[in-house]
Amino acid sequence: MKSAVIVFPASNCDRDMAVALEKIFGEKPAMVWHGEATIPDVDFIALPGGFSYGDYLRSGAMAARSPVMAEVIKRANDGVSVFGVCNGFQVLTESGLLPGALMRNAGLKFICKDAYLKVENNQTRFTNKYEAGEVVRYPVAHHDGNYFADADTLKALEENNQVVYRYVDAEGNATPEANINGSQNNIAGIINKAGNVLGMMPHPERLIEHDLGGDDGRALFESAIAALANA
Amino acid sequence: MTEQTKITPEIVAEHGLTPEEYDLILESMGREPNLTELGIFSVMWSEHCSYKSSKLHLKTLPTEADWVICGPGENAGIIDIGDNQAAIFKMESHNHPSYIEPYQGAATGVGGILRDVFTMGARPVANMNALRFGMPDHPKMPHLISGVVAGIGGYGNCVGVPTVGGETDFDESYNGNILVNAMTVGIADSNKIFYSAAAGVGNPVVYVGSKTGRDGIHGATMASAEFTDDSEEKRPTVQVGDPFTEKLLIEACLELMASDAIVAIQDMGAAGLTSSSVEMASKGGVGFELNLDNVPQREENMTPYEMMLSESQERMLMVLKPGREDFAKAIFEKWDLDFAVIGEITDTGNLTLTFKGEVAADIPVAPLVDKSPEYDRPWNLDADKYEPLFAGDVDGVSDYNQALLKLIGGPNLSSRRWIWEQYDHMVMGDTLGDGRPGGDAALVRVHGTNKALAITTDCTPRYVQAHPIEGGKQAVAETWRNITATGGRPLAITNCLNFGNPERPEIMGQFVGAIQGMGAACKFLEYPVISGNVSLYNETNGKGIKPTPAIGGVGLLADASKRASVNFKREGDIVVLVGETEGHLGASLYLKELFGEERGTPAKVDLAAEKRNGNFVRSIIETGDIDTCHDISGGGLLVTLAEMAMASNMGANITLDGDHGTLFGEDQARYVMAVAADKLDDIQEAAQSTNIPFKVIGTVGGDNLVVTDKVNVAVSDLKNAHESFFPEYFSKHD
Repeated sequence: MKSAVIVFPASNCDRDMAVALEKIFGEKPAMVWHGEATIPDVDFIALPGGFSYGDYLRSGAMAARSPVMAEVIKRANDGVSVFGVCNGFQVLTESGLLPGALMRNAGLKFICKDAYLKVENNQTRFTNKYEAGEVVRYPVAHHDGNYFADADTLKALEENNQVVYRYVDAEGNATPEANINGSQNNIAGIINKAGNVLGMMPHPERLIEHDLGGDDGRALFESAIAALANA
Repeated sequence: MTEQTKITPEIVAEHGLTPEEYDLILESMGREPNLTELGIFSVMWSEHCSYKSSKLHLKTLPTEADWVICGPGENAGIIDIGDNQAAIFKMESHNHPSYIEPYQGAATGVGGILRDVFTMGARPVANMNALRFGMPDHPKMPHLISGVVAGIGGYGNCVGVPTVGGETDFDESYNGNILVNAMTVGIADSNKIFYSAAAGVGNPVVYVGSKTGRDGIHGATMASAEFTDDSEEKRPTVQVGDPFTEKLLIEACLELMASDAIVAIQDMGAAGLTSSSVEMASKGGVGFELNLDNVPQREENMTPYEMMLSESQERMLMVLKPGREDFAKAIFEKWDLDFAVIGEITDTGNLTLTFKGEVAADIPVAPLVDKSPEYDRPWNLDADKYEPLFAGDVDGVSDYNQALLKLIGGPNLSSRRWIWEQYDHMVMGDTLGDGRPGGDAALVRVHGTNKALAITTDCTPRYVQAHPIEGGKQAVAETWRNITATGGRPLAITNCLNFGNPERPEIMGQFVGAIQGMGAACKFLEYPVISGNVSLYNETNGKGIKPTPAIGGVGLLADASKRASVNFKREGDIVVLVGETEGHLGASLYLKELFGEERGTPAKVDLAAEKRNGNFVRSIIETGDIDTCHDISGGGLLVTLAEMAMASNMGANITLDGDHGTLFGEDQARYVMAVAADKLDDIQEAAQSTNIPFKVIGTVGGDNLVVTDKVNVAVSDLKNAHESFFPEYFSKHD
C-alpha cells in the first residue's frame, strides 16, 4: 500500500509513523516536506505527532497553513485516506478537515502513558479489523488533547457514529476518571462524515510490536489495507 | 562600563577572580587586559569551565577500556557498541539556574546536554536525569518540583527525544540548593564522529542556530559561586530555552554531518562564544579571528563583552572546509536557522576579535586554557571511619506492615509516576515495553537492530556523607548493578559531581574521598569514566548540600530478547536471593525515614563480590533462563520484594529467618530473581559451582506479600501507598 508521511518543522513522530507504515504496509512511505506543493500518488496520508512550528501559536495552527496542507485537503476531498495522530489531529482540526478543537489537558500537564480506548465504530476503513466495542490500549503523549466542540457539532458527531475512539477504563466504561484529558464525551478520535479522514490523540503507531509493550495498534493499519483491497 | 574601563580591583572581584588570578592574567597578556578580555578570562577560569579545584583529582579516574573510543575532554564520551556503532553520552548539572527559575533552568539544562551529544555526530536517543529536592514541606518545593519536571518535559517532549528514566530524592540539605542533572545518550556511526579541534589556516568559522541576545551573561560565573538570599536577583542571568529551534538544529546539523563539509564543530554552552572558540582553537593549536559585526544578534547595540559572554541557547560554532559555505548555508536556510561566517582560522595562536573596524580583544589562546589556575585545596577525610550499625544497634519496629507501607509511601521510595508521565518516554519508538521508567535501568533499542542500551542514573548521598570513599564506590556499583539486573553488560559511566564549597577542607575531603571510591570501583569493574561535569559551591548561606556524585551508567544488551525486568511473571516461580546479607543499617533509609536518624556508616562495597554476583546474574539472564530480576538498594530486601510485587500485581510467600536488619539492611551486591521451578536446580548448581551466595526464599503467588510471621500485606494496599505520595502532595500544594 502506498503511503506518505507529511513532515512539518519539529514533527517528531514522523520516523515512528514511517517505521509502522513500512512494517505493516510493506512499502516505505514517501516523506513529504511541509514546503512541498505536491504529494506523490498514494492511498494513505499520515500527519504525524510532534510540535509543528513549536506549537507556539496554537497546536497545529501554523502547520494547517503550510503549503502542503492545501494539497492534503484536496486529496482528502478526493477520498484519499488521511490519518492524523496527536499533533496531526490538531492540524486536521485547525485546517477544518475535522470539526472541533484540541485544548490544553484538563489537568494542565503533559501526559504520557498507555490509555484504554473503546473502538466505538468498527465500520470504518481504519477500524474494520477491530471488534465492535473492543477495548484497546494505545499510548498517549500530549499536552493539548482535550477535545472540544459546540453542542450541535457534538450531537452530529454522536448521531453519525463519527466518534471512533473514546477514553475508557480497562473494563470499557467511559468514566470521568478514564477521561485522561477532559475531552467532551471522552472523545479520543473522530472521523469525518465521508469516512476517509481520521484524527486521534492516542498513538497506535507506538504499539505495533510486543517488545515495545503491545501490538494493539497494528489492526488500525491492517484495517486500511483490508479496506483498500475491498474498495 | 565601557570597553575602555580601567580595570580596578573591584572589577576584578566582580568577575569572581582573585588578585592572584589577576596577576596571572597580567603575566599571560604582558599588559593590562581591557574589559572584554577580562570577561573572557573570568569565564574561562571560572570553576565551571576550568575545573580549577577539581582537575588534580579528576585526573586519577580510570578513563580507558578497549571499548572506549573517546574519554573525557571532548563534548561527550564515546564507547563502541559493535557493528560500527557508537554510544555517545554525558551528564551535566544545571543546579543554580534551576533554583532561580525552575522551568527554564531545567529546560536549558536538557537543551545543553543534547547539544553536547549531537555536536559529535550522534542522534540523541534518550534523556535521563538525576534530581535532588529539599524537604517536601519546604515552602519553595512545590513550585521547584513542578517547574523542574515541566521544564525537563517541555524541552525533551518537543525535541522528540524520549526521557526514559532518572532518579529523584528529597533531603533537607537541598532546601536552598536543588540539583538538576541531565544526561543525554546518542548513537552515531563509529566512522562518522565529529570533534572540536579546529584546523586549517584560512578555513571559515561559521555560526549557526539562534541569534545572540543578552541572556545568560555570566551564567558560568554564577554557577561557580555560592547562593545568598538575594540570589533571586540573578534571574536575568538564567537563559531561556527554545526546543523548537533545538529540534531544527539537530536535524540541520545531522544533515550537514552526512556530508564531508565539517572540519570541527562545538556547541556554545556555558560561556557561549568564548568557550567554544577558545576550546576549538586550543585543541587545534591555532588562532581564531572573529568579526563580531557578523554575529547574528537578537538585541540592539550589543557590545563585544556581551556577545562573548552571552549564553543564549541553541547555537553552534563550526569550522568548514573551504568553499563549502554555500552548501552548508542551504541546509541551514532550509531549516530556517541563522548561518553566518564570522571569521577564519589564523596561525597567530591568538583569539582576535574585531568590532566596528577595531580590535576589541586579542588574547593568546594557550594560556587561557593551559595556564588556568589549578588548586590543590586542603582537605580533611577520615578514610578509616567504620561505624557499622546492625539490628541490635538501632530500634526495631513492632509492625512490619506499617513500616513497609511508610517506607514505600514516603518521599524517597514512592512511585515517580507523577514525574515520568509528564515526559514523553516512548517517542522514537525504541523504548522497550519493560524498559520504561520504573525499572532498574531504562532499555532503549538501538534503532533497526536487536541490541539495546541499558541506561541508569544513581547516587546515595547519605552514604557519601557518612563515608565519602564507600559512598563513591557504592554510587558506581549501584549503576553497574542496575544495568546488570536487566541483563546488560555495563560499559562506561558519566558523572556529575555536585558538592559544596571546595574552599572548606571537609567539603574538599568529601570530594577527594568520593573520587577515590569512584575510581576504585570503576577500575575494578572495568567500567571507566568517559565524560562528566563538576558542580561546586552548592551552598546557601554557608550550608552545603550532601555530597552528591551522581553517576550515569550505560550498558549494552547484545541480544535484547534476553532481558529481565522487575515484575514477577508467573505464579509459582521460585524467589531467590543472590548475595550475602549481614543486615547493615548504618546510613540506611530505614533509619532516616522511620526514625529520622542519620548515623553510622553504610555497608562496605565488596567489589569482588559485586563483580562475581553480578556476572553470575547476567550470565543466567543471557541464557534466557530467567526474565525477572531486581537489584537490592535503598530500603533493603523487603522493599525490593514489594517493588517486584507491585510491578506485577502478584504477591509472594517468603520464608526468612531474621530481624529488621535482614529485612531493611542495605548490604550491597545483592539481587532478587524469580526462577521458573523447572530451571531452579540447574541455576542453583551453577551458583554453587562458582561460590555465589544463592538462597531460595519463597514462591510467587497470591494477592499478598507475606514474609514468615512478620509481614502480610495486600499488594493492592502496597500500591495505594506507593502511588499516592505525589498526587496527594500536589493536590495539597497545586
